[in-house]
Amino acid sequence: MTEASAAHTAEHPPYLAHHFTDIEQQNESGTLGMWLFLLTEIMFFGGLFATYAVYRLKYFEGFHEGSHHLSVQFGALNTAVLIGSSLTMALAVRSAQLGRRKAIILFLILTMVLGVLFIGIKLNFEWSADYHEGLIPWMGFHVEGANAAAVRLFFCFYFFMTGLHALHMVIGLGIMCVLLRMAAKGRFDSGYFAPVEITGLYWHFVDIIWIFLFPLLYLMGGRY
Amino acid sequence: MSAALAEAPPETRVHYLNADYGIKSWLLTTDHKRIALLYLASITLMFFVGGFMAVLMRIHLIEPAGALVHPDTFNKLFTMHGVSMIFFFLIPSIPAVLGNFLVPLMVGAKDLAFPRINLLSWYVFIVGAALTLTAIVSGGVDTGWTFYTPYSTTYANSQVMLTALGVFVSGFSSILTGLNFIVTIHKMRAPGLTWFRMPLFLWAIYATSIIQVLGTPVVAIAIFLVGLERLFHVGIFDPAVGGDPILFQHLFWFYSHPAVYIMILPGMGVISEIITCFSRKKVFGYHFVAFSSMAIAVISFLVWGHHMFVTGMSVYAALIFSVLSFLVAIPSAIKVFNWTATLYQGSISYQAPMLYALGFIGLFTMGGLTGLFLASLATDVHLNGTYFIVAHFHYIMVGGAVMAYLGGIHFWWPKITGRMYPDTWARLAAAIVFIGFNLTFFPQFMLGYLGMPRRYATYPAEFQVLNVMSSAGASILGLGYLIPLIYLVWSIRYGPIAPANPWRAKGLEWETSSPPPTQNFDVPPVVREGAYAYGPPGSELEGAHD
Repeated sequence: MTEASAAHTAEHPPYLAHHFTDIEQQNESGTLGMWLFLLTEIMFFGGLFATYAVYRLKYFEGFHEGSHHLSVQFGALNTAVLIGSSLTMALAVRSAQLGRRKAIILFLILTMVLGVLFIGIKLNFEWSADYHEGLIPWMGFHVEGANAAAVRLFFCFYFFMTGLHALHMVIGLGIMCVLLRMAAKGRFDSGYFAPVEITGLYWHFVDIIWIFLFPLLYLMGGRY
Repeated sequence: MSAALAEAPPETRVHYLNADYGIKSWLLTTDHKRIALLYLASITLMFFVGGFMAVLMRIHLIEPAGALVHPDTFNKLFTMHGVSMIFFFLIPSIPAVLGNFLVPLMVGAKDLAFPRINLLSWYVFIVGAALTLTAIVSGGVDTGWTFYTPYSTTYANSQVMLTALGVFVSGFSSILTGLNFIVTIHKMRAPGLTWFRMPLFLWAIYATSIIQVLGTPVVAIAIFLVGLERLFHVGIFDPAVGGDPILFQHLFWFYSHPAVYIMILPGMGVISEIITCFSRKKVFGYHFVAFSSMAIAVISFLVWGHHMFVTGMSVYAALIFSVLSFLVAIPSAIKVFNWTATLYQGSISYQAPMLYALGFIGLFTMGGLTGLFLASLATDVHLNGTYFIVAHFHYIMVGGAVMAYLGGIHFWWPKITGRMYPDTWARLAAAIVFIGFNLTFFPQFMLGYLGMPRRYATYPAEFQVLNVMSSAGASILGLGYLIPLIYLVWSIRYGPIAPANPWRAKGLEWETSSPPPTQNFDVPPVVREGAYAYGPPGSELEGAHD
């Protein structure tokens, strides 16, 4: 067995899995796999977006009223934070392509800091405020008025969608911890950086979802 | 090279089954062939769990007033029969067992693109199945396999959450399998294996995988919303608080209609392989059969509304869904006609896989044609919610998908296990399944036409004769499924050693030894001819380039 594995590593670099013929095939497969995964994510969020659209058409006024309860300031700030993290992620991918180990680590950490900042703002300034205002549909919801039921429905979607988005961010941060470890061990060089690139795709996707969520939830209230 | 290896006694030759021993070597394997066998064992269990429910229902329905169980239990039986059979047997059946085993072999690769994700998908499946089995033994669920709201979200007092969670989780297994197949077919084909030299099984699996990747997330989100609704009663599907229960049906059928094609398309791929092999002919109209798979995948996403003609939808929407549903008949008919044309002047032999394939063509045609009755609006109003529907989809799912699955299992069994099964028993079982199936489900067409509603635990006395016929057929059908279970398991130990290519079939999987080595091929294969380069037996043309 050891002889076999020794011969195995002699044939091709350690990062090439044995069932691929060359590194191009491995990289292309990984990238295609991630794109397909993102496709399933689009359909996953798409189901929620479609449901949201149906109810927004049905309860136009209630959804506007609900939207007014959200803080556009914090939403906009978070949008900037997340776009910033996409930039640092792109820079991390670029550093990986150039084989700059320290730069990869730096930009990954920056991305993670911005990601944590996003979730922090969301938790600390938005969701907790919503809780105190009684906007969480299943935790002491109290909104008065003719549209109360529709506002409640709006907040269901608000929490499902932003919650699911935040969950994707947490998963992304987890993956970046693994990347950080790999980068620290010097596993990436200009010949092998596919994991960083693929994680970048995922992170940009999470960013794009937010780019759709922000106007859909915060800006569609007719205030601007 | 492979011929020499095949002649060596299997005990001395290292292959994927004897390369490593012990429970760990199976549970931690990343070999697609071993994962296929893990799936085979798990879905066989689920098949017999679902089958057991069916047996209880058919016994119950012998008497008009119900012979066996309480009506509440009956509701649970048909629900759990549907859930186990659809989500845990039919959807993984051909893709996860035969697809897992064959896709890398057919493309000439060492493994799927993501072997560890492949193993992960099996574990995800097992978690989903375990949750569902837990739900079954801890009281069961009675919503119907469709989880229609608001009953599932508000009123049902059974294990809805647990079952829904099981279905939700198993969906990710399906997505991961589909994703793996698409990447493998795109990126890992052997030199010379162009798209239009691929076996039609790969085209069918490719089309299926697209549906799995695009459709499954939508049912996941629909079930996710049902779960949240049930937990928090927020009102997304509850009309009392402004929600819309019909919306759930749209989300559900947006996946669950394409899911019908997840079940039948791979079966069509299997039939294309078997028909060509046992009529020793190149398939008639290769490109049309390949593209009809893709056409079915595309159209499948546009017809979900035909499940909802009578549940509240505008007349115009219903008209459009009706027309689109008729369109599915075109690619389906292309396949049936092309298989028949392949048989024409072929040198046909009636081995067990071929019997299943011929049975498939007949039963699928009946199932497909009765589907047209349901796609037309006027007849659907009469037939919707009756046993006509039950008979129709069982002709597709059992007469189609299960026949194809059994045909495929028999066709590739020598490759998978390296053993032959007893041919006489296999032919007998195929005949029993065909007879039992028709006796079970043909009377249900008549029952439905006469107006017997589905999902009822009792019925008027005038329907008893047909119901007893159906129940009698079910016992024959059950026997037909038990016989293969026995002789296939028997053959693993006692069956004669299989040669590398017992059917003299074409395709890369037959060029390696039986069972294949862990790396699949001793020398990476190169493809120099199109698929199905069959000639008349014994002639020089046999095996010639096309």
